[in-house]
Amino acid sequence: MAQKVLVPCSSSSSCGKVQFSPSRVHTQAIAFGGELSQSSSRKNKSLALKAVAAKGETSAPVTAKSGHEILLFDALREGLEEEMARDPTVCVMGEDVGHYGGSYKVTKGLAEKFGDLRVLDTPICENSFTGMGIGAAMTGLRTVVEGMNMGFLLLAYNQISNNAGMLHYTSGGQFKIPVVIRGPGGVGKQLGAEHSQRLESYFQSVPGLQMVACSTPYNAKGLMKAAIRSDNPVILYEHVLLYNLKERIPDEEYVLCLEEAELVRPGKDITILTYSRMRHFVLQAAKTLVERGYDPEIIDIRSLKPFDLFTIGNSIKKTHKVLIVEECMRTGGIGASLRAAIVDNFWDFLDGRPECLSSQDVPTPYAATLEDATVVQPAQIIVKVEQMLQGLI
Amino acid sequence: MAASSLASRAVASLSPSISTGASRDDAGSSSVVGFHKRSSAFTGRRVRISSGHGSSAAHGRRSCVVAATAAPVKESPPKIADIELVTREEGLELYEDMILGRCFEDMCAQMYYRSKMFGFVHLYNGQEAVSTGFVKALKKDDYICSTYRDHVHALSKGVPARQVMSELFGKATGCCRGQGGSMHMFSKEHRLLGGFAFIGEGIPVATGAAFNTKYSREVLKDLSVDAVTLAFFGDGTCNNGQFFECLNMAALWKLPIVYVVENNLWAIGMDHFRATSVPEIWKKGEAFGMPGVHVDGMDVLKVREVAKEAIARARRGDGPTLVECETYRYRGHSLADPDELRKPEQKNKYAVRDPIAAFKKYLLENGLASEADLKAIEKKIDEIVEDAVEFADASPLPPRSQLLENVFADPRGFGIGPDGKYRCEDPAFTAGTAEV
Repeated sequence: MAQKVLVPCSSSSSCGKVQFSPSRVHTQAIAFGGELSQSSSRKNKSLALKAVAAKGETSAPVTAKSGHEILLFDALREGLEEEMARDPTVCVMGEDVGHYGGSYKVTKGLAEKFGDLRVLDTPICENSFTGMGIGAAMTGLRTVVEGMNMGFLLLAYNQISNNAGMLHYTSGGQFKIPVVIRGPGGVGKQLGAEHSQRLESYFQSVPGLQMVACSTPYNAKGLMKAAIRSDNPVILYEHVLLYNLKERIPDEEYVLCLEEAELVRPGKDITILTYSRMRHFVLQAAKTLVERGYDPEIIDIRSLKPFDLFTIGNSIKKTHKVLIVEECMRTGGIGASLRAAIVDNFWDFLDGRPECLSSQDVPTPYAATLEDATVVQPAQIIVKVEQMLQGLI
Repeated sequence: MAASSLASRAVASLSPSISTGASRDDAGSSSVVGFHKRSSAFTGRRVRISSGHGSSAAHGRRSCVVAATAAPVKESPPKIADIELVTREEGLELYEDMILGRCFEDMCAQMYYRSKMFGFVHLYNGQEAVSTGFVKALKKDDYICSTYRDHVHALSKGVPARQVMSELFGKATGCCRGQGGSMHMFSKEHRLLGGFAFIGEGIPVATGAAFNTKYSREVLKDLSVDAVTLAFFGDGTCNNGQFFECLNMAALWKLPIVYVVENNLWAIGMDHFRATSVPEIWKKGEAFGMPGVHVDGMDVLKVREVAKEAIARARRGDGPTLVECETYRYRGHSLADPDELRKPEQKNKYAVRDPIAAFKKYLLENGLASEADLKAIEKKIDEIVEDAVEFADASPLPPRSQLLENVFADPRGFGIGPDGKYRCEDPAFTAGTAEV
């Protein structure tokens, strides 16, 4: 076991002064629509968790008495509201974010509180208003651009790739683009192919972009705040079916680290890497696996670009087996990149090839049966893990 | 052909007399005549020309959202106003700027063919009046946003010739550290927002800078911010979605921006009339509720008049203006363009309207400068450009360690490596040899 090292955060902006909470440890989870109960958070001394956490920081565990229950969309809204109150240069722009309160209510009430200019209802022109957000960010504001559905941001690809991603570099570092591009993506409930896209695979190669995916109210709020405070252009991936997830989150202010993965369940048999909605499917599968005597270690990678190789690597060094469970398409998805990174960095620790369960390379069909077959289901996860742990693959 | 429809120049303009109102067919003669007309009326430094200013009060104080509609063509009788065209100092400044643009671009062509600069280089010869006319009417805090034809915009805005030339040579002393190149000139100090390779993608960025001004004034309550933004782009861009989308947003929110179309009639090899259903670009302003102005882009004083007015309008808070500058590029689209499609007749027609020659003539005829003054300026500029080349030649190439430096403003974006440290803390990172 490698000696763990806690390295202090090199900059205080997002991890420093506010309370820095280590990963929550979930012993039970319901896939969605229910409450996530939590054991008290514990500093696991046998595993280096927070690679770059500030020394000596812990958070008080959230008990039934402290904190407040919140749904995920509201947690996002809380994070956004707090940042807007804290920094007057933070503004939101997107379709129906203002008077309508956001098509998923993430900006509900903000226009009334902060005004129409800070929560700007744009016309339907993604490329241009994303570019406008980038121009505003270059000249001093911190913009949050909402794509009503992540898929719409395909129309803004020009601006996201060329200007958000590359402009800091091509200007020789003169202009920074502190923009957050966010919106709901992923496969929903029979929304049809175009509203069920996973854009993390499309944007992951763009140099200069940082990408994070939230999966619980707790990390949604923390990542929203961190993304807004970051000077990098950050794409925050939300999932359309996770907005009503409920959890108890701390009352105190907290900001999470954008580059870090979250250890959801420590274990020793196999490392399961996942993100977004698939985290909940993995946890659901884990219940069955644990009953059958397996001990999976589940990591929500959260940071899609860059990968938190320290957390991932430590886990692989312990378990020697990796399964990636993602909603992205098989071709060119996050799993594909993650497999390559694992092979490059941790080859010597692997007992077998890193496995990956991804969505089919199919435009998401409308019919329910076909849609279910497109994405990974908990049953498939159970089968795969058992095969891997029984040495069948 | 669309030429006949252009003959009726129903210009919804701020100052209709400024526009030549002539069709493309006889544009060659009319603008030169226009110059002569003005200069013959020139007595000392003040000249009386009729000016059809729409009442800015009427435009500014309507209560509806789209208040800034284009002024109607047939207005009430134009008011006579005294307009001081240009002082000697201003004239010399304008001349010097145009000479700098021309000389610099000519040097670029030389350097390109001597393999000192590479890739796609788009030169501005012939269009100097637009850059000078507009950019010299700005304040230091104002923003400009350009396209790949951005060398002269950068120079007009104040980016030192040395930095631009170094950038073109790909040296570490370039304005973008050699990382941008010809098509990506940026300057934070001089408020140049780029340099964009794809047409149209700079227009939203400019619109965002204008939005920032509005935001600073109305949300942050900082009334000292009154920066106006100019977006420069060409005729080909005016068929692109981002152009229309931004005209809409700018008019909707009355953003302090001026959209300057440098209509040089050609998008590489695509004739403007073959690509555009309604070739009068200035008319498209009206569709979005902003004034659309056409101006002779080979005449720096006319451009400057329109520029001053459009910029003042934006600064007042009355909203955006669309200005179409009729201009021409004497060279090909880029240094790699054989320029075989443009007919010699057209090229000659515009060659006689060279903005620098015309302005030189104007200065001399109106006693604003002597031959010696102008020669001195030309010599000075020659030296500046030579010095820029020498500086660029002598400058070092960027070292390998620079490769990863500006990818992220916050280098923690490179993530956490297998050793638990942020990758940017890895010593190999700063040597440029780290693998990411």
